[in-house]
Amino acid sequence: MLNKNAKLSVKIFAQDIEQKPTRDGYGEGLVFAGEGNSNVVVLCADLTESTRSEAFSKKFPERFFEVGVAEQNLATIAAGMGISGKIPFISSYATFSPGRNWEQIRTTISYNDSNVKIAGAHAGISVGPDGATHQAIEDIATMRVMANMKVFVPCDAIEAKKATVAAAKLWGPVYLRFGREKMPVFTTEETPFTPGKAEIFWESSGKGNRAKKPQAAIIACGSLTHYALLAAKELDEEGVGVCVVNCHTIKPLDENTILEIAKRCGAVVTAEEHQISGGLGGAVSEFLVKKYPVPMEFIGMKNVFGESGEPKELMEKYGMGVKDIKNAVKKVIARKK
Amino acid sequence: MELHEKKLQFLEEMANKIRRDLIGALIEAKSGHSAGPLGMADIFAAMYFHVLNHRPSQPNWPDRDRLILSNGHICPVQYAAMANAGYFPVEEFKSTLRKLDSRFQGHPHRGSLPGLETTSGPLGSGISQAIGMALAARLNGGKYRVYCLTSDGEHQEGNTWEAIMFAGKQKSKLNNLTVIMDRNNIQIDGFTEEVMPLESLREKYESFNWHVIEVNGHDIQEFVSAVNEAKAIYEKPTVIIAHTVPGKGVSFMENNYLWHGNPPGKGPENLVPKERQGAEALKELRTLQGQIKSEHE
Repeated sequence: MLNKNAKLSVKIFAQDIEQKPTRDGYGEGLVFAGEGNSNVVVLCADLTESTRSEAFSKKFPERFFEVGVAEQNLATIAAGMGISGKIPFISSYATFSPGRNWEQIRTTISYNDSNVKIAGAHAGISVGPDGATHQAIEDIATMRVMANMKVFVPCDAIEAKKATVAAAKLWGPVYLRFGREKMPVFTTEETPFTPGKAEIFWESSGKGNRAKKPQAAIIACGSLTHYALLAAKELDEEGVGVCVVNCHTIKPLDENTILEIAKRCGAVVTAEEHQISGGLGGAVSEFLVKKYPVPMEFIGMKNVFGESGEPKELMEKYGMGVKDIKNAVKKVIARKK
Repeated sequence: MELHEKKLQFLEEMANKIRRDLIGALIEAKSGHSAGPLGMADIFAAMYFHVLNHRPSQPNWPDRDRLILSNGHICPVQYAAMANAGYFPVEEFKSTLRKLDSRFQGHPHRGSLPGLETTSGPLGSGISQAIGMALAARLNGGKYRVYCLTSDGEHQEGNTWEAIMFAGKQKSKLNNLTVIMDRNNIQIDGFTEEVMPLESLREKYESFNWHVIEVNGHDIQEFVSAVNEAKAIYEKPTVIIAHTVPGKGVSFMENNYLWHGNPPGKGPENLVPKERQGAEALKELRTLQGQIKSEHE
């Protein structure tokens, strides 16, 4: 059942739940952060509307910088501002930033300890018809591997806003990952959000006719957190108990929560709209293999590129649908000794 | 403005001291770049001992002028100039450059030393960072000027031209930015015009709406006058193209691209054998290439 303390939307499983892309939350967060701190500046590389940087650019034109189609320049101008007292947010699509400008981010932002926030929109294959060139599925890995970098992957538009506002207040380089496609807004303003703290959104109770105590944990981030909750509800009705953890901060990883949940459930499935290698699944398994090895299964892209198609079709074709998560849970439980 | 004769003589002597210190450090380090640092010694002496408004004892003074070194591999000349200006001990630089646990990294790292404005090494990202600092000055009402020292070779990087294009768009908003290009015509693989032609640099910058001044990079008076001219240009940013001789001051290194990435003791042996390169280089600098007789001869 849903964890009451997570204060999730009452419409979480309803058909008519509000739908919004996480990039909308970024746009709202930028304006909020800009109102709260005059050092917040935004730079964009010719994607002002679609990265939702537009509202900030209209409200604070003197603090908005259009750099044109030049992602390397986007990162390095921000690096100079970030070591001169500003809090720059740089907006583009994740395949371009932090894709094309990875070395500039490494040297001039991360190693330089410049206070820059990198916002990668259009992450994951749910970008849809634009195809594989525009579907970032490596960005968590390429940012997570960088010393000094924090990585946030919000699960809906409200959490995206909270993550953006939190990033403005945190000192140092941060990568924020957002999606293009509309998706359920299932958290609320009251849902806890602390950087570096994973939240349990679902836990089967083991009471009454319902499912047993949790036999596996699903640790998810971004768009797959809602999918994981849908899977948990169906599994519960089938008598399979699980926990669902929303792991919005990939780095630093909430090791305490993950260790506790692994001990309690004895098996883990990770779920992310990203390559299985190097992302959330990589981070969780690197940690658990040292501290408390349990059987694990991984939901994500299996060393392939995406393609054009409707988001939902793509998620199913590439093994990231609700059905795939349920199958992975059953498989991992079967592997327990 | 004409420099006082004594000041000019002091700067020229300081440039020579910087050359000797950086050669000493490279001999001890047994790795690093020789030609670029020697070629820029006159300009670094002028910057740290005349042009920059700075306080070595207070490296984070908010109103200081910023000097960004984009081509980080010539950092021995910056370290030597800064050490002589009082940011850190000259002896520490000469004895620990590029060694384990040293503050003097092979390429400059902002977090390692006081007064370093940024981290560099990978080429082509300095002008953009200088732009970021210059725009931050505008937003903060800061009066400081931003100087970016860049190489000719890194004008083969796309990032450099992205920065030049952006700065041209900003017009008078970036008149607090001066780029100083070391036009020494060499890079690791050979002469720039053979590896990947850069000319005509003046016309390229002008077409991106920059003010362009060309100087002899070893004439400190001419260089300082150009810096002053740049301060007086209101409507756009300025680039000073400083024509320099790579390896300047050590005759067997001058104008030879094989000295780009080697320290004395590891350079080409066409003129001086490896085992004598260090001593010969220091002797030439002490005697101003034989103009003054060494006391030991």
